[in-house]
Amino acid sequence: MAKYLAKRIFYLILTLFIVITVTFFLMKLLPGTPLTNQAKLSKSQIHLIYEQYGLNKPVWQQYLLYLAGAVKGDFGTSFQFSDQPVSYLISSRIGPSLQIGLQAMIVGVILGVIIGAFGAMKQNTWVDTTTTVVSILGISIPSFVLAVLLQYYLGLKAGWFPIAEWGGFIYTVLPTLALGAQPLAESARFVRTEMVDVLSSDYIELAKAKGLSKTGVIYHHALRNSLIPLITIVGPLAVNIMTGSMVVENIFSIPGIGEQFVKSVLTNDYPTIMGLTIVYSFMLCVVLLITDILYGIVDPRIRLTGKAN
Amino acid sequence: MADTVKLPEDSFKPITSDDRAALDSEKIAAPSLTFAQDAWRRLKKNKGAWVSLIVLVVIFIMAFGSIFVSPHDPNAVHPAYANLPSKIPGISINGFNGTLVQAGERIDAYKAAGASGAHYIMGTDYLGRDLFSRVLYGTRISLIIALVATLFDLTIGVTYGMFSGWKGGRIDTIMQRIIEIILSIPNLVVIVLLILILKPGMASIIIAIALTSWVNMARLVRAQTLELKEQEFILAARTLGERPIKIAFKHLLPNLSSVIIINTMFTIPNAIFFEATLSYIGIGISSPQASLGTLLNDGQKNFQFLPYQMWWPALILSIIMLAFNLLGDGLRDAFDPRTKE
Repeated sequence: MAKYLAKRIFYLILTLFIVITVTFFLMKLLPGTPLTNQAKLSKSQIHLIYEQYGLNKPVWQQYLLYLAGAVKGDFGTSFQFSDQPVSYLISSRIGPSLQIGLQAMIVGVILGVIIGAFGAMKQNTWVDTTTTVVSILGISIPSFVLAVLLQYYLGLKAGWFPIAEWGGFIYTVLPTLALGAQPLAESARFVRTEMVDVLSSDYIELAKAKGLSKTGVIYHHALRNSLIPLITIVGPLAVNIMTGSMVVENIFSIPGIGEQFVKSVLTNDYPTIMGLTIVYSFMLCVVLLITDILYGIVDPRIRLTGKAN
Repeated sequence: MADTVKLPEDSFKPITSDDRAALDSEKIAAPSLTFAQDAWRRLKKNKGAWVSLIVLVVIFIMAFGSIFVSPHDPNAVHPAYANLPSKIPGISINGFNGTLVQAGERIDAYKAAGASGAHYIMGTDYLGRDLFSRVLYGTRISLIIALVATLFDLTIGVTYGMFSGWKGGRIDTIMQRIIEIILSIPNLVVIVLLILILKPGMASIIIAIALTSWVNMARLVRAQTLELKEQEFILAARTLGERPIKIAFKHLLPNLSSVIIINTMFTIPNAIFFEATLSYIGIGISSPQASLGTLLNDGQKNFQFLPYQMWWPALILSIIMLAFNLLGDGLRDAFDPRTKE
């Protein structure tokens, strides 16, 4: 286990190193300068600005400096907001994103499991049909369409929730619903298929033959065994939420990193784009690592040798 | 002991050839079906998938047919006819009869704009362009992007996966590590970075989506190849001295086809979704070109007052995604009957 963990963490660091390197050199390939009005500036002014951002050094020196900074969590200074370090920009904005993302994941998966389990138990009835319809709709409707509809009908028309901005818990409800639809649909579908499989297995027959109550069979044997593989889709769901958050945060004007990413892209704020790319990959790597370890713990049949399949 | 078995007289008659044919228990009455025919038969039984297939064919014909026959020019601007609601002749349900609520009163917007004779099935946008034509045009652009990206993604993914699975060993390990690294960055982030470098536009969106979405295909194809290459028919081909490239095309590819087709059905809606997201946040298709994403973005600005401008593209986008998903599910069941029931 310790050996496996060490290996995985080594790969995590290697991955991040490659991500940093690739994004750094991609950014160097980009056309344009951070200056908005280059024509109006004198040579010495440009020189001063370049010096301030460290852009006058050779590229390999900039790269090494960036790498050294990134290890300490320093991603340079934002082009868009002068004098604002990127790390500060990210750390002050990551809270809302994490809160909404986690809420969406938790609410989505829990509801999805419940819906999926009911669908499997009442297989081929209207309950099952509803499950299938809900899950296929959740997968097909893009989160940003859902976000606008929720904002208009529940926020503006019904007036139950604030339509935008960031405040207390009540402000997180609509974004959470918009982002949670996808995890809900995916996990409902997954749990249903998995549980239909489990319900027809021999040990369920045995449990029934032993005279266990129906809830006992469902809860102790069927549900638990169908939930284990659910861990494998947590990684892809996290990607979905990160992707969705970029647009959903914009729609609800939430001061999160997704909104910042889009803003930085539109204003060519390269240091912030790079910093956010690294943060996104770091979060995803950690999620993948945790799910892999969890999977090994809950299902001892999985060998933790690091070899896929 | 005195009992004797009394057998009827005719048991001892010789069997005629007609009788033999009727008695032949080994005979298979139904015509034998090829794998594709069998899959097709199962697909037709799946109502959702069948309807989806028809819906998709209709959408394709309408989107691509609008190159030749479009109700209006999707880019023709008529400022006088701006923001007209949907009007379908002969239907007088509010929402489809060209009326809209203004200052608490329901008025005929067409009369107010001096366009009593005209009718726009989905209404017009803020520049007076026919929304129906624009939706058809946008659907076409979205579909082209998705299909071309998927084609690239197929080629890269299938080649990569087959190569990795076939070679095995160290090469496989390294190739899998590369995939793991790509998987650890959210796709949209990579796509955005690539588009920044390539400058926004249709070609760069296609390249960016293609370069990021082949990974899933490669993984599935690799897993299947690993399984297939241990089987006897591959061993036979190898023993007979067939070249690996020929084995790949003649023996592996036909056996991989169902995995590839099914995965394509999920790649296409993903590509459409990514394109819509990019256009929605403003780094995708730029005007006067339109895609479903840009139409949604335009429609969203006026959603409070003219909700139909967003409803139509949203509806079409969702229907396309839904149809591809259902068709993909149906194809999976059709190709692999073990997964069903």
